[in-house]
Amino acid sequence: MTDTIIAPPKTSTGKSLRTEEMILNMGPQHPSTHGVLRLELVVDGEIVVEVVPHIGYLHRCFEKHCEHMTNYQQVIPYVDRLDYVCAMNNEFAYVVAAERLLKIQVPERVEYIRVIMAELQRIASHLIAVGTYGIDIGAFTPFLYCFRDREKILDLFEMTCGARLLYNYMWIGGLSHDIPTDFVPRAKEFCSYFKAQIRDFNNLLTFNEIFVKRTAHAGILPPEVAVNYACSGPMLRGSGVSWDLRRDDPYSIYNRFEWDVPVGKGERGPVGSCWDRHIVRMREMEQSVRIIEQALAQIPEGDVQSAIPKRIRPNPGEVYARTETPRGELGFYIVSDGTATPYRIKARSPGFVNLSVINEIARGGMIADLVAIIGSIDIVLGEVDR
Amino acid sequence: MTPQEILDRLSTKFAGVTDIGIEAKLDNPVDPYVKISPAHVLEIAKFLRDDEEMQFDYLSCLSGLDLKGKLGVVYNLYSMVKRHKLTLRVETPVENPAVQSVESIWKTANWHEREAFDLFGINFTGHTDLRRILLPYDWEGHPLRKDYQVPEFYNGMKVPY
Amino acid sequence: MEQYLTSLFGDPLWVQILMGVPPLVFILVYTLIVLYLEMKVAAHMQDRVAYMRTGWHGTLQPFADMLKLLQKEDTIPAAADKLLFIIAPYVTFSGTYAAFAALPFGSSFVGSNINIGIFYIVAISSLVVVGLLMAGWASNNKWSLFGALRSAAQIVSYEIPSAFAILGVVMVAGTMSLQELSAAQTGGITHWMILGGTLPLTKKLIAIPLMIVLFLVYYVSSMAEVNRTPFDIPEAESELVQGYNTEYSGMKFAIFYLAEYANLFLVSAIATVLFFGGWASPFASLMTGPWWSAFWFVTKGMLFVFLNIWLRWTLPRLRVDQLMYMSWKVLTPFAFACVLGLGLLLVW
Repeated sequence: MTDTIIAPPKTSTGKSLRTEEMILNMGPQHPSTHGVLRLELVVDGEIVVEVVPHIGYLHRCFEKHCEHMTNYQQVIPYVDRLDYVCAMNNEFAYVVAAERLLKIQVPERVEYIRVIMAELQRIASHLIAVGTYGIDIGAFTPFLYCFRDREKILDLFEMTCGARLLYNYMWIGGLSHDIPTDFVPRAKEFCSYFKAQIRDFNNLLTFNEIFVKRTAHAGILPPEVAVNYACSGPMLRGSGVSWDLRRDDPYSIYNRFEWDVPVGKGERGPVGSCWDRHIVRMREMEQSVRIIEQALAQIPEGDVQSAIPKRIRPNPGEVYARTETPRGELGFYIVSDGTATPYRIKARSPGFVNLSVINEIARGGMIADLVAIIGSIDIVLGEVDR
Repeated sequence: MTPQEILDRLSTKFAGVTDIGIEAKLDNPVDPYVKISPAHVLEIAKFLRDDEEMQFDYLSCLSGLDLKGKLGVVYNLYSMVKRHKLTLRVETPVENPAVQSVESIWKTANWHEREAFDLFGINFTGHTDLRRILLPYDWEGHPLRKDYQVPEFYNGMKVPY
Repeated sequence: MEQYLTSLFGDPLWVQILMGVPPLVFILVYTLIVLYLEMKVAAHMQDRVAYMRTGWHGTLQPFADMLKLLQKEDTIPAAADKLLFIIAPYVTFSGTYAAFAALPFGSSFVGSNINIGIFYIVAISSLVVVGLLMAGWASNNKWSLFGALRSAAQIVSYEIPSAFAILGVVMVAGTMSLQELSAAQTGGITHWMILGGTLPLTKKLIAIPLMIVLFLVYYVSSMAEVNRTPFDIPEAESELVQGYNTEYSGMKFAIFYLAEYANLFLVSAIATVLFFGGWASPFASLMTGPWWSAFWFVTKGMLFVFLNIWLRWTLPRLRVDQLMYMSWKVLTPFAFACVLGLGLLLVW
């Protein structure tokens, strides 16, 4: 197996290095790169001239493993571990794709529970995103508040399926466990408790003048650039593009609920800044609470395991299905050759695509802005590297 | 626009070009696709993005595919304006795989093509910076090919354990 | 104190050396207390409890922390500039420690009652910058260098507004000696500088807002001088790992830590002496006397330290250029305007 093209990594795209520029390495271990990400910076004093991201430190050969599974259901624990912070949403994406391939229709109860779990997980994931963003900017206290609230959500998950972070809960055709009897009242309690917390958090961090000054003029992402770079999720909505897969490319039963899609409007500074992405996340949490309350009120009875197939042997074919995770569009492209083993599963992860835009938006800013920008892209290296 | 309409429009636009190789598998379960030849990818991509009726401005996913004797590249295109979608497929022989790069059309293809090159060895002509992305820069081999053998040693470290 | 020790020892050299010990003891004891306070205050603000196991509610934790730091391996990076690397923490600490000599701990407890007290303190605490620069440079680490340069720029810029604020108070009081400044504020809370000092009532009404603004300017600049959030760019953990501190471990790191907290008390103490009466009791004749005055001084100093800790855990940090903007374009003009106002008031 010969490899004819091994190009050495480029540090600057062909421009000769002037004497004032310095090459800095924000190495794989760094407190604020949210995981093992290596950024090679060419800086001129404090101004960033170029950013070259190097990824792959967490590559765990997910796609190759899938080709050796004996069953499509076996892929689900691996899918959990792609973006370990929002595991329910990953599972949701995969089972939607697999059910589309197998043409399975799941019972109503399963759909409702899946939506509730996905939205709870969305809140939990956004809490981590905004909490760690606060730490990057220097505010240490909101992080603790976010984690305190996240504990309540994880308690709900633990009550249902026994796991706090990686669940293996949504199976192809149904769920692994039904929700216990006191899930619905406790979830309702959480929703009413959480609305006040969002208000508190906004007062503490989001509308704090120092935070606004740090973020409202950094990392401006114009909407055309965002669409061309296929950004999705809060990155795209923060730039003013109103695009949410739950509403615009619907899957599951999202069309039965009433909720708004928050969009960055440039309230503090130009549209598409880090602050816009942050406020979109905060408002998305409020909207998730709305969806959860509506879903909790409408859950029908049923058996969550009735549609789980005994043997999964799809017809040869392929499908690409995409869902909206907290970070953006997670798509699974599944190719089947008629056997029980998947032929090819490609995970199109939002972090991978959103991170590619970093050179465009970080150029010309300062190093402190770069930290703010990476925090606002909200990457999880597990899904960037798969 | 339905896939049939998109296919018709594409065929009429490129009716003159001889080796365009447009075939369609519209009855494919579950997603239909349109196959095109690897040498005309750039023209077709430009047309798909810029045409008034089509306006495919969002390249959702670009995947490599190993088709036992051929390597494939699959493009999942969406239009945010028109709300329709299209799947393109390109196949190229495994001995010297070369596909035109669409990085100049959709910038997101930059990293996706690097990944396809990394894991399958497909050479994207016209790409500005084609090097490995997920694996170390001096890795040998293209892991996602079906006939890939894991190397014994990498830089002195034993690989399989 | 000097007389007592002279009567004990007779030899003036020994007396001078031993006179340097009480502030050192104070700094050490105070550091242990403030470490505990910082952790507990931070914890309760963040809806959690901090140390609970070492001692009753964690009171022995600072001892454990200090012991840990002292027994850690003192690493020196191979490519570091050895001499500068080793002496940098001591230079920083001595800058702060020397300033403690002029602090009036009580009506009869002052190390050195020089008549240029505050001027001396401002001058000698600039030695801290030299120490930080040495640390950043000698570590041979790009990130440390960044931290040191930023810190030097920050401290030097914020000395201007703080000096203006001090100037305003010195003008009203007429003396630079800290002991006399405190003495001038005895007689109850209405004689404190923040409430106009000993000016007649009509002039006080104009002086009070000016004094309040001056106090705010001074307090904000002092937070920048000690590198505390929102001005902790030099040690911004999420950007520069630990800034100029990155390569330090063990005893040297402990000395840096000690210097930072000593500096914190120093600026809080100066804030109380300048604006809040120093060792003067807020009640006119109640609770006065040498030991009560020491109590008031330490209590008021700790109150400002608490305020500083409170702000640290609430606010995010400013970016370097915003920090500079704030110093030169916001604080300095305000301070200048207030000093001008106070000057006119006094002449009129």
